[in-house]
Amino acid sequence: MKNLRWLTGFGILAASILFVMLYPILSLLSWQSGFLAHSFFILMLCFAMCLFRVMAGPTPADRAVAIDTLGILIVGFCAILSVPTGRDWYLDIAIAWALQSFIGALALAKYLEGRGFDE
Amino acid sequence: MNSLQHAAGMIFIVIGLGFDVFGCIGLIRLPDVYNRLQATTKCVTLGTCSILLGTFILKGLGTTGVKAILAAIFLLLTSPVAAHALARGAHKSGVKLWPKSVADKYEQDRN
Amino acid sequence: MKSKLVLFIIGFIVWALLTWPLDFQHLIVGLIVSAFVAFITGDLFSNRPHHFGHITRYIWFCYYMPMFLWQCLKANIDVALRVLNPRLPINPGIVKVKTTLRSDTGLTFLANSITLTPGTLCVDIDAEKGILYIHWIDVRTQDIDKATELIVSPFEKILKKIFE
Repeated sequence: MKNLRWLTGFGILAASILFVMLYPILSLLSWQSGFLAHSFFILMLCFAMCLFRVMAGPTPADRAVAIDTLGILIVGFCAILSVPTGRDWYLDIAIAWALQSFIGALALAKYLEGRGFDE
Repeated sequence: MNSLQHAAGMIFIVIGLGFDVFGCIGLIRLPDVYNRLQATTKCVTLGTCSILLGTFILKGLGTTGVKAILAAIFLLLTSPVAAHALARGAHKSGVKLWPKSVADKYEQDRN
Repeated sequence: MKSKLVLFIIGFIVWALLTWPLDFQHLIVGLIVSAFVAFITGDLFSNRPHHFGHITRYIWFCYYMPMFLWQCLKANIDVALRVLNPRLPINPGIVKVKTTLRSDTGLTFLANSITLTPGTLCVDIDAEKGILYIHWIDVRTQDIDKATELIVSPFEKILKKIFE
């Protein structure tokens, strides 16, 4: 039963990663700049490394570090996304995500120290 | 958009992507939390700032460019603070250093 | 009161940059919002707001930024070479260094600079004794004075002129 649950989780994760990686290929033809579409693959590789560290990290601190890194990478992802599409509200998402990731990292650090959230 | 502007922006974006990849390789390869935090904080922060600078060069002084510069300044200010808080939290929660480490003055002073 | 005024000006500038093509309606909304925020949280912003009026501090800050960015670039190349080296040449440890800075802003900027420069990461600050605990990826010396000479001293002189 436990194995089945793990298998289902990995299946969903692999399917979502594959979908996100294949999605730029489908819309590659309509974009003007070829290299920027390929640069998503490099960032996807970075995301996969962070997710590996989240899954395999021996201590909770490793997972917190990986989540913080993932937040910073997403800011760069949004910035690259705004260049070929030409929509400036991706940068709004990036700024909001940076703020939220910073506060999340502080909350995780407080949790690691063993203090409550209301101190 | 002239071609010099395009080339300069692309070079900044490529440098940023390269540093991002190196930081994430460090996240995989290095042995304990503090070393991983060093690699990710330095490489990923400056890599993402470089990508934002490349976006600014590609887009010029419009809405997108100014927002990118603002995001880069914000990231440069907040990322070291988050790293500092995470390192302190990890040490207080009892994560040991790598066994081959040289010294731990912080542990000595806390006891 | 002066602290509230400084926070109002900074908040208004950030609002104007966020809604960049300057527009009359956006500016009016920004005026109201930044005045409200400055009225509520202005006293928490700065203990010594008269420091914002000194011109020499801005000049030293303009000198500090390129130096900091150059150190940051060196740090990145250093970490990238260490990570890509197959033998993984690291020699980590936590060392103590001293500092003479006392103000909160100065200590924060010193810790940020140390975190983004080659091979060092600030772990904890003891503000009363002026001691910083630093994780060093390649420990060259465990002596407190030599470590201070190597890590802190390039920034401390300039930061003292900016924030003290």
